[in-house]
Amino acid sequence: MMKWNRKDLLGIQELSREEILFILDTAESFKEISRREIKKVPTLRGKTVITLFYEPSTRTRTSFEIAAKRLSADTINISANTSSYVKGETLKDTAKNLESMRPDAIVIRHSMPGAPHMLSKIVDASVINGGDGTHEHPTQALLDLYTIREKKGTIDGLKVVIIGDISHSRVARSNIFSLTKFNTEIVCSGPPTMIPPHLEDLGVRVEYDINRAIKDADVIMMLRIQKERGGISYIPSIKEYSTIYGLKKEHVEKAKKDVIIMHPGPMNRGIEITDEVADGPYSVILDQVENGVAVRMAILFLLIGGET
Amino acid sequence: MKILIRNGRIIDPQHYIDEKLDILIHGNRIEKIDKHIRPKGNDIQVIDASHHIIAPGLIDIHAHLREPGFEYKETIKTGTMAAVKGGYTSIVCMANTDPVNDNKSITEHIIKQAKAEGLCRVFPCGAISKGLKGEELAEIGEMFSAGIIAISDDGKSVKNADLLKKALEYALLFNIPLISHCEDENLAQGYVHEGHASLFSGLDTIPSIAEEVVVKRDITIAQYVGAPIHLTHISTAGSVEAIAMAKKKYKKITCDTCPHYFTLTDEATLTFDTNTKVNPPLRSKHDLESIKEGLKNNTIDIIATDHAPHDLTSKDVEFNLASWGISGIETAFSLSLRLVHEGVLTLNELLKKFTVNPAKLLKLPYGHLAPEGIADLIVFNPDIEWVVNKDAFLSKGKNTPFHGWKLKGKNLLTIVNGRIVYRDPAI
Repeated sequence: MMKWNRKDLLGIQELSREEILFILDTAESFKEISRREIKKVPTLRGKTVITLFYEPSTRTRTSFEIAAKRLSADTINISANTSSYVKGETLKDTAKNLESMRPDAIVIRHSMPGAPHMLSKIVDASVINGGDGTHEHPTQALLDLYTIREKKGTIDGLKVVIIGDISHSRVARSNIFSLTKFNTEIVCSGPPTMIPPHLEDLGVRVEYDINRAIKDADVIMMLRIQKERGGISYIPSIKEYSTIYGLKKEHVEKAKKDVIIMHPGPMNRGIEITDEVADGPYSVILDQVENGVAVRMAILFLLIGGET
Repeated sequence: MKILIRNGRIIDPQHYIDEKLDILIHGNRIEKIDKHIRPKGNDIQVIDASHHIIAPGLIDIHAHLREPGFEYKETIKTGTMAAVKGGYTSIVCMANTDPVNDNKSITEHIIKQAKAEGLCRVFPCGAISKGLKGEELAEIGEMFSAGIIAISDDGKSVKNADLLKKALEYALLFNIPLISHCEDENLAQGYVHEGHASLFSGLDTIPSIAEEVVVKRDITIAQYVGAPIHLTHISTAGSVEAIAMAKKKYKKITCDTCPHYFTLTDEATLTFDTNTKVNPPLRSKHDLESIKEGLKNNTIDIIATDHAPHDLTSKDVEFNLASWGISGIETAFSLSLRLVHEGVLTLNELLKKFTVNPAKLLKLPYGHLAPEGIADLIVFNPDIEWVVNKDAFLSKGKNTPFHGWKLKGKNLLTIVNGRIVYRDPAI
């Protein structure tokens, strides 16, 4: 069996295909715990996990907290509005202070790319990137991959279409980094203002026309329009975006019959996705959320569950 | 007291000298350059420069000395200590201090401080606009009387094209160059070059056109006015191409680049090391090659440092929040010698870009070696290997992406106005 020897999970970029599959396999063994009556195992008893969130999040933080708790770790949540960040403390000082309290893992979400990397250089604790600006969101990509494999039985050979604001999406980046390690066809679609130049260099195809992009797709990943990132200035209006790129039933009909539709959440219903599609038979959006817990349990286990 | 430097290979691009000669310095002037000088008297300090090269002192047309206002980043004293270690005998300090050097009292203050504490010649560059705000002209005439030798709003572009036109026109009165920082504010909203590396880092980007549109605009305006223009820290292939084209039709264009633009690419930013955050940003391999080509074919006239020292806290933060710039004055010449070792430039060609060309731009009587001339010179060895150690910097700014790099070529001795101001133990 493969041995895990990374201290941190900072991004998908640096992971090998084998490491990714190892995480997914580990997650598989954890998924069942969440369906038990007593949803708790002692694996991480005595370990401390801090979630340090400089950006608002419901899903990711809750998911990490539940994952840690089901493994019996103690969890502490720190969010920007309650922390001394607002009082002007630097990330470095916050990191040093947290380190003094001897946590085993710190999950960080930050609006700026590279913040987890900086943290990892300061602390001995394992650092997990819970999303850093427009850079990476590795646990999202892993749970997406887990869901794809679960639904399709394989990752290789699939056509995956990613639709939306590719430029500003850490979810898109991490998913591109993970999917390109497999034998997949990846097509990115969105307004040209939201597709970075030379995106093809990452091993994907760019297709501005959503109908052409979706043709024969096995997987459709919708991205959230990030209003808080000033996404609006890249498009004339949300209404126009929704008209052109909002995922509707007629689009889905162009994909393969057994297509699955994914969304990292939170959804802007009626903007990037219609109710009909979000709640329709192809949607696996809630499976993604469920799998997120298993994948995060696996990551916590691999990073801090070993011999101490 | 005289200084005799013996057996060195003297390279002086201005006078086409490249041979083994002795050089005798008396007071602040060069008394003699000849073979086997044997002066009489015993008050003579003899320095053996066998295996070394003697060259005119280097001139940096673009440094930030941070004084007044940011003395915790650098002072005129520490900045000039660093400069002479790097081989510089004359440097130009930019106007973005606090208060801004946009009036004669600040200019006078800088000159006074430099006289009192500076180890090399310091020439202040005055602001183009009051407070670098790009709204109204600074008192260029009064600053000129006080001693500025150029004007620049460096750190920012002059956004208002009409104001730039007026500044170019007005500067004609004093016959001083306008040094233009070319950057379109609206296009330059990010932190790194828009290219291959940014696809991976996700950092917000500054496309190369942010520089190029302003390069072209500024050339157009200067040509219309008939004024000279100097474009500083050129970083892109498109800029080099545009400048090469424009120079064919209009002779009053000059430009410079900095060592980091022909040494590093945007790939260096992938580690999120804030010491690689510099404005303009580190560009692509293609841009780097074009910069080298531009240096080779003389489209790029000058190598400047854009020495931008910072305190630790300004850099020890998230990439987006970190201050811009590299503390570069102690590594610039050694990094540039790589161009010689790689065969891009000859030593003579390289030295031109550090001496004759900047002296010509600023109309300084330095940058060359001649009997009766001012004794501003250096002794360096192009082959000595050394390892960059930021903690050994004399600059207060330890912000370098070159820490730990092994470089070949080192300045060993710096003489300003006939006085030894820096001497390496190796000589």
